[in-house]
Amino acid sequence: MSAVTYLEAISQAIREEMRRDEAVFLLGEDVGTYGGAFKVSAGFLEEFGPERVIDTPMAEGAIIGSAVGAALMGMRPIAEMQFIDFITCGFDQIINMASKMYWRVGMPVPMVIRGPSGGGTKGGPFHSVSPEAWFFHTPGIKVVVPATAYDAKGLLKAAVRDNNPVLYLEHKLLYRMPELREELPGEDYTVPLGKAIVRREGQDMTILTYGAMVHQSLKAAQILEEEDDLTVEVVDLRSLTPLDRETILESVRRTNKVLIVHEDTLTGGIGAELAAILAEDLFEYLDGPITRVAAPDVAFPYAPPLEAAFLPNTEKIVAAARKLAAY
Amino acid sequence: MKEGIVMRLGRADLLQIYSLMRLTRAMEDRTRTLFLQGRVVGGVYTAQGHEATTVGAAMTLSEGDCIVPQHRDLGMHLARGVSPRAVMCQWLARGNSPTLGRDGQVHIGDMHAGIVPMISMLGESLPVACGVALTMKMRGRDGVVLASCGDGATSTGAFHEALNFASVQKLPVVFLIENNGYAYSTPNNKEFAVDNLSSRAAGYGMPGATVDGNNVLAVMEVVEQAVKHAREGKGPVLIESKTFRVRGHSEADKADYVPPELREEWLKKDPITRFEAYLSEQGMLTEEQKAEIEARVKAIVDDAVRFAEQSPAPDPATVADYAFAPDGPIAIIGEADDHNPRYVNALDTRTGKAFTTMVQPGEPAYNAPEEVVKR
Repeated sequence: MSAVTYLEAISQAIREEMRRDEAVFLLGEDVGTYGGAFKVSAGFLEEFGPERVIDTPMAEGAIIGSAVGAALMGMRPIAEMQFIDFITCGFDQIINMASKMYWRVGMPVPMVIRGPSGGGTKGGPFHSVSPEAWFFHTPGIKVVVPATAYDAKGLLKAAVRDNNPVLYLEHKLLYRMPELREELPGEDYTVPLGKAIVRREGQDMTILTYGAMVHQSLKAAQILEEEDDLTVEVVDLRSLTPLDRETILESVRRTNKVLIVHEDTLTGGIGAELAAILAEDLFEYLDGPITRVAAPDVAFPYAPPLEAAFLPNTEKIVAAARKLAAY
Repeated sequence: MKEGIVMRLGRADLLQIYSLMRLTRAMEDRTRTLFLQGRVVGGVYTAQGHEATTVGAAMTLSEGDCIVPQHRDLGMHLARGVSPRAVMCQWLARGNSPTLGRDGQVHIGDMHAGIVPMISMLGESLPVACGVALTMKMRGRDGVVLASCGDGATSTGAFHEALNFASVQKLPVVFLIENNGYAYSTPNNKEFAVDNLSSRAAGYGMPGATVDGNNVLAVMEVVEQAVKHAREGKGPVLIESKTFRVRGHSEADKADYVPPELREEWLKKDPITRFEAYLSEQGMLTEEQKAEIEARVKAIVDDAVRFAEQSPAPDPATVADYAFAPDGPIAIIGEADDHNPRYVNALDTRTGKAFTTMVQPGEPAYNAPEEVVKR
């Protein structure tokens, strides 16, 4: 057994689920012969054949809509968006078709929509988006955002086995990041949807984060401990819907200060909802302002200096944490 | 009248088709009355003039096939065995409607009976139809999916994506365009620039045909051939059924943009009147039988309305329920054991009971589709 990357973990999850359950199949652009734009499904066509690894036309509405139809029949399709930005082309199928189906007619729609999200790869305004807030706002769809190889595999398996539409956002910057390589269990495992995890324990403040920002936040916590003698707890949300309120509230109740970090833009982002929950539920526990570090309210820019200025990073997190710690 | 399918249809079949057309019309007439009385609170969309297309097309299907109907397809629903009571519960927003009052109209379905529930975004059901057909193909079945849309929906991207994908994958789908002349108030000449929408089939590499949508036997003839083509694994077919929307887009629409002489012209081609005349000419429908069918249709509609009116309103305390389906195994619909309650999709897990879209045990029978479906 060898250590695998985040991308290999995703690939393993799909392969193992397709082997385990013949209802599982993959469809998307270039997923078959080419093995996917990022090679997540390399070798799948040879193993599973063209009926279960379907190269589709460039048509996200058809991809997601077909997945809905197959899911209604009891299949468990995995619809790949080549870049998650293109999910907008299939928006209606998610918002009006899939997410309201069970609520409306009692028929489950067990399907996964997955694809590379997030920036830092010089992808520009159409290959870098963090789309989670659009779907976080929508009832009836689950949203998961793995930050490690272990979670990438376990959450994807749980998503495939879930009976609802699940949006699985893999961060493309993490795909082949060497420091994320890890040995994964040989036996089958899942990471349950709706369970956050404390990545680093601390007493002075809680950072609530997810996706690639987990790693920036962990680095920031290390710096704050070394340079400021602050112990910072880092909570990786992992699932945005369902949200693990218990873990969030338990942590902030102990630390009394909270910093929310996400790569998505600020206004109406996940942080806004987290802030509202904390203000409602833990008003008396808070010793400082609920603070957010997020991207500015503009579209994702292309040029390297702009991209760097746009993305939250360790430095910005440390600066915000110091300000918050001063209360 | 075309001869192919007519030759195989017996008198009982023809009368059943006629009865279903009458029932469709009567259900919609009653719905309109309920709307005018203020008993239907939301929008009412009817399809007077479409009955030959909707009933005729659905009557060509077999068991294991699937329909993907839209808002003017009550006839399709009834031909496949949907419960008039369920339909009235939908209109009257009852708590025991198939959507538990969450949605209205004919936004209903039951995958076990091969009916995909529609949404208001017309055209969006067509990619979903592809997914159903894809499943049939993957599972090695010979089922066919009949997916309809109006002329309006042919302008959407979903229409194009679905037809293209279906053709590339050679999916067993029959796409049926019910061209009734108008997308709400927009006439055909502002919607598209071709004479026949079926000519678009060539662009997708599939066969296409246009048929007189007010002639039920002509519709059946053409759709039956298309279904056969799809069932043989030759891929999808596009059919344009030319008909006319005699009433407004909804009952809130007076449709005063329709030239009166045009409406008059189409009223003369009313599909029910035409079929009735044909049956009478053939000596298959006497005045007595007609009266009998009318009485039976009225009784079914009366029963459906009575049932719906006696049904409870939804409980406001449940307003936040049902966002997510529970965990558990999922059956592949149409395969062995798919009604075993251990499966999350065997029953309506919101209520723990059977799905209610189809005619329920104890409900007055209207010419259920079994006889035709089994042929």
